[in-house]
Amino acid sequence: MTRVVPQNITVRGARELLDGGDVSSVELTQAFIDRIDAIESSVKSFVTVTPGLALEQACAADERIDSGNAAALTGIPMQLKDNMATRGVATTCSSRILEGFIPPYDATVATKLYEEGAVLVGKGNLDEFAMGSSTENSAFFPTRNPWDLDRVPGGSSGGPAAAVAAGECVYALGSDTGGSIRQPAALCGVVGLKPTYGLVSRYGLVAFASSLDQIGPITKDVGDAAHVLNAIAGHDPRDSTSIDGDVPDYKKALTEDIKGLRVGVPKEYFVEGMEPGVEDAIRRAIDTLAAMGAVVSETSLPSTPYAMAVYYIVAPSEASANLARYDGVKYGYSTDTPGNMWDSLEDTRREGFGPEVKRRIMIGTYALSAGYYDAWYKKALQVRTIIRQEFRQVFQEFDVLVSPTSPSVAFPLGDKTADPYMMYLNDVFTQPANIAGIPAISVPAGMCDGLPVGLQFMASHLQEGKLLRAAHAYEQATEWHTLQPDL
Amino acid sequence: MALTSDEVRHIALLARVGMTDDEIEVMREQLSGILEHFQVLQQVDTEGVEPTAHSVETHAVLRDDEPRNSVSRDDALQNAPHRDGDYVRVRAVLD
Repeated sequence: MTRVVPQNITVRGARELLDGGDVSSVELTQAFIDRIDAIESSVKSFVTVTPGLALEQACAADERIDSGNAAALTGIPMQLKDNMATRGVATTCSSRILEGFIPPYDATVATKLYEEGAVLVGKGNLDEFAMGSSTENSAFFPTRNPWDLDRVPGGSSGGPAAAVAAGECVYALGSDTGGSIRQPAALCGVVGLKPTYGLVSRYGLVAFASSLDQIGPITKDVGDAAHVLNAIAGHDPRDSTSIDGDVPDYKKALTEDIKGLRVGVPKEYFVEGMEPGVEDAIRRAIDTLAAMGAVVSETSLPSTPYAMAVYYIVAPSEASANLARYDGVKYGYSTDTPGNMWDSLEDTRREGFGPEVKRRIMIGTYALSAGYYDAWYKKALQVRTIIRQEFRQVFQEFDVLVSPTSPSVAFPLGDKTADPYMMYLNDVFTQPANIAGIPAISVPAGMCDGLPVGLQFMASHLQEGKLLRAAHAYEQATEWHTLQPDL
Repeated sequence: MALTSDEVRHIALLARVGMTDDEIEVMREQLSGILEHFQVLQQVDTEGVEPTAHSVETHAVLRDDEPRNSVSRDDALQNAPHRDGDYVRVRAVLD
């Protein structure tokens, strides 16, 4: 048997090993389980590890491979963020209020991956209900950044990003409401793709902000992101907001040619307060794109400075409605304290939700309440229209936009927990894509003091092809995606 | 953008999140600070701008009304914290 080094295995690499008979899915899966056993106590990227299920699925995958019916992801170990429903496997959202919740059904993305013959090694840690940018809001424990265990992995998909960076799975699925795939991918030195809103079904994704949430892949490189997106994209009758239409083969975007590609650099994404090391790395990446033949020029999205306020009104408003379902009656945590139904409802939610979730429920409830609705919620929706229009206009001149993914590299645990607003600033460059519903990807683009820097590409609605083409070409011209943390 | 304790208490009641007086005070300070930052939105001229509640133009999506299997009763009840046979037990609504 070929010796497997989990950190080095990509989706395509695994496919070659499995199809060539160099290694079985059971052997590959066992190597990842061993890797998890060896390093998980320091990385802590999993809420639940599922070795038994994984080996069962690997066995089935081996039969499928032997019979010559392997799909792109058959037999390859992956992790799902723990806000995606998995039948028979606890799905907690890293919240006390869902501790021990065993979904009676699979999220559509889980169903699609299982149909491909994927192997689930476990569920990834997150900020409670995906609300946060550091995974420190997990009700269970914070995840550590594999590049520096004293630093955060970003969030809210910190578990999935850290797991991929640490070689605990080949790829993972995260969810992105305001940057929750891209920002942790940037901070952990991996690739994170947020598809166009509606390209991937949200059925079975625990709802946070329904007009912004989108599931996407976290992978070691852009090629893998295209392969995973192929498997999960497409209309789902169970999600009426999923886009009805043909899904292209995203692998075809993986040419290495970006000659003539029109690349815009929105000046509002280079703001005061950004770490100089991040700006240097991104400027160098932009020079690389120009040297490869892309036509690079500066552009402007003037309403960008308002995006964060729009996001932090719209997302909590939707969350306050979505989280009304946690009442301690049908499922989830239920208080033991005595009292009538109203007391029990208030106590269940007091004890079950963490501080950040409560803050967002409160902001949202306030913004939607009588007398404040027009001034806050409606105003935010109007500014959302303006932000969308600005993107639409800019994409008439440009194929893709580039920016930093995050204004900083990974910060120390505990550094930003005291002031909620400081934490909110982590997502200033990623929220606009959610507000407009456009696709965006983060790729490794440099190192600053030994920590990864992420480069973000954004494209117009359903232009994942352009996005992947630009990101892949950049990646192939650089070495950043091949760097690995010492663990 | 200073909220009063009573306003925060009212929001907590609407949201049905139980809070002690100390928690109300912490929340009052934090929400006031956060909302202060978001006042920036008032600078934007939105006269005549339609609101966007959704980034994709989706309209009411209907499907044919065909009977089909849903989750079983046991599956639907398996996560209920207080199950009583085929029912979920709830606290008294009226005292």
